[in-house]
Amino acid sequence: MIQFLSYLVNGISLGSVYAIIALGYSMVYGIAKMLNFAHGDVIMVGAFMSFSATQYWGMSPMASVLISVVVCTLLGITIERLAYKPLRQATSLAVLITAIGMSYLLQNLALLIWGANPKSFSSVISIGTFSLFNGQLRITGETIVTVLANLVIMIALTLFTGKTKMGKAMRAVSEDRGAAELMGINVNATISMTFAIGSGLAAIAGVLLCSAYPVLMPTTGAMPGIKAFTAAVFGGIGSIPGALIGGILLGVIEILGKAYVSTELGDALVFAVLIIVLLVKPTGLLGKKVHEKV
Amino acid sequence: MTQTKKPRTPTRMVPAPSHGIIPERDLNSQPVLEARNLGIEFGGLHAVEDFNLIIGRTEIAGLIGPNGAGKTTVFNLLTKVYQPTMGTILLNGRDTAGMNTMQANKLGIARTFQNIRLFGNMSVEDNVRIGLHNQVRYGMFSGIFRLPAYYRGERQMHERALELLSIFDMQDLANHQAGSLPYGAQRRLEIVRALATNPSLLLLDEPAAGMNPHETEELMENIAKIRDKFHIAILLIEHDMNLVMGICEGICVLNYGRIIAKGTAEEIQNNPVVIEAYLGKKKEA
Repeated sequence: MIQFLSYLVNGISLGSVYAIIALGYSMVYGIAKMLNFAHGDVIMVGAFMSFSATQYWGMSPMASVLISVVVCTLLGITIERLAYKPLRQATSLAVLITAIGMSYLLQNLALLIWGANPKSFSSVISIGTFSLFNGQLRITGETIVTVLANLVIMIALTLFTGKTKMGKAMRAVSEDRGAAELMGINVNATISMTFAIGSGLAAIAGVLLCSAYPVLMPTTGAMPGIKAFTAAVFGGIGSIPGALIGGILLGVIEILGKAYVSTELGDALVFAVLIIVLLVKPTGLLGKKVHEKV
Repeated sequence: MTQTKKPRTPTRMVPAPSHGIIPERDLNSQPVLEARNLGIEFGGLHAVEDFNLIIGRTEIAGLIGPNGAGKTTVFNLLTKVYQPTMGTILLNGRDTAGMNTMQANKLGIARTFQNIRLFGNMSVEDNVRIGLHNQVRYGMFSGIFRLPAYYRGERQMHERALELLSIFDMQDLANHQAGSLPYGAQRRLEIVRALATNPSLLLLDEPAAGMNPHETEELMENIAKIRDKFHIAILLIEHDMNLVMGICEGICVLNYGRIIAKGTAEEIQNNPVVIEAYLGKKKEA
């Protein structure tokens, strides 16, 4: 029983990271109607920035997180400006291929800068481990911070999109880009802002992920990126609570699958769940039905 | 066409300084819109050609024509959804060449749509607030950290939104979901949303479509009321001739992308070219 609880806690922790990454996918999809497959690699860049800041430049962990958020936010805006904005009128397939290309570009740039050797990421979180039930259930500081960060981000984003005029402009653009533009909304600025928020969150996710699983290399972001994308689709792409629920469920399924079914099949289980969800409910758990205009 | 009403308040239309006609009262102010030789070509097809129109500062103008004549294309050209391949658009005296729709909106042009394009998942008030986006300013920073500027801005937006909704007596619907409103109310909300962007020229694309005669009557009064209250010009596309002949001062008739007639309601109703475009050629007796 305690064993199960312990897996569950790990699952929620991992799922919280997926949820934060999934937000980036989901928001960008909702507003720019594109899948930014380079998002997973922004996570990796975020983790590497934090790593460099602490290891090479001797900065404090908190400052390193800040640096990594700033760099990733700028990176996200730059990627959008250089790679995606010129393709605003192009077919979605062209944008998708560009996004995949951007993903490999980031991985290989990281390979050039930081090398292929796996780096050992030292956790930026200094809270100790809590023991419950006479030390049988241990909850690490990373878990606590990850889950809290996830909750704070979800609440802040929900308030932002629901209560501020920029957030409402984002929703308007996601519903009808043309009409929003005719109402004087700056669509390009809104899309840039979405990329900035998504990429800033990716940096946080990268640091949290590598604090819990400390092996860092240029391909570190790829798998969590794909899984977070799965989580976003699972929960209903374009929806903030969908990203939260999809991310956490996926994390729990992955950890429980690895623990009780097979370590090797853990990842396969995750994608099997995606296939089942898409067969039963193609719009995801919280996804809205899309009405095509004719 | 001959059975339609006479204009309720006949306006004297006079020649504008360039070409075209504007209401006499607007003669001394700059026209809100001037389109010169406007045209657009889609792969060799001239959807709109040689379109010249001048709209006075407080004029209610009508754009009519048979289906497929290019009326909505003209709206898309004026709002820069399409970039014209020929000609110039002067909005409040400024050339809009090279501008996008957002910039055209900031210059003072707003519109509604033939097939309603509200933000259906958002509340009625939020739809109006989207229109107010550029009227109320506070930065992203104050938005995230809830600084006093945020509360001030949001309160201003709330008050302004309710004030605008009250034009159509819709302030009680502020918290309803826009997509769930009845059809007529959605049309009215689109007008309010467009007005929120503070335009000097409001384009209405078939505002009376799907309305019953009673609602149309009400709409006519409201259009005139909006013009008087906001001192703006209105250009409308409409198939309901009662509405067009009832409130439009200058009317422009389009057929196959070309203007075939311009004039007052009376002139248009008696114009043989217009009658032919709508009803076909009269048989020789």
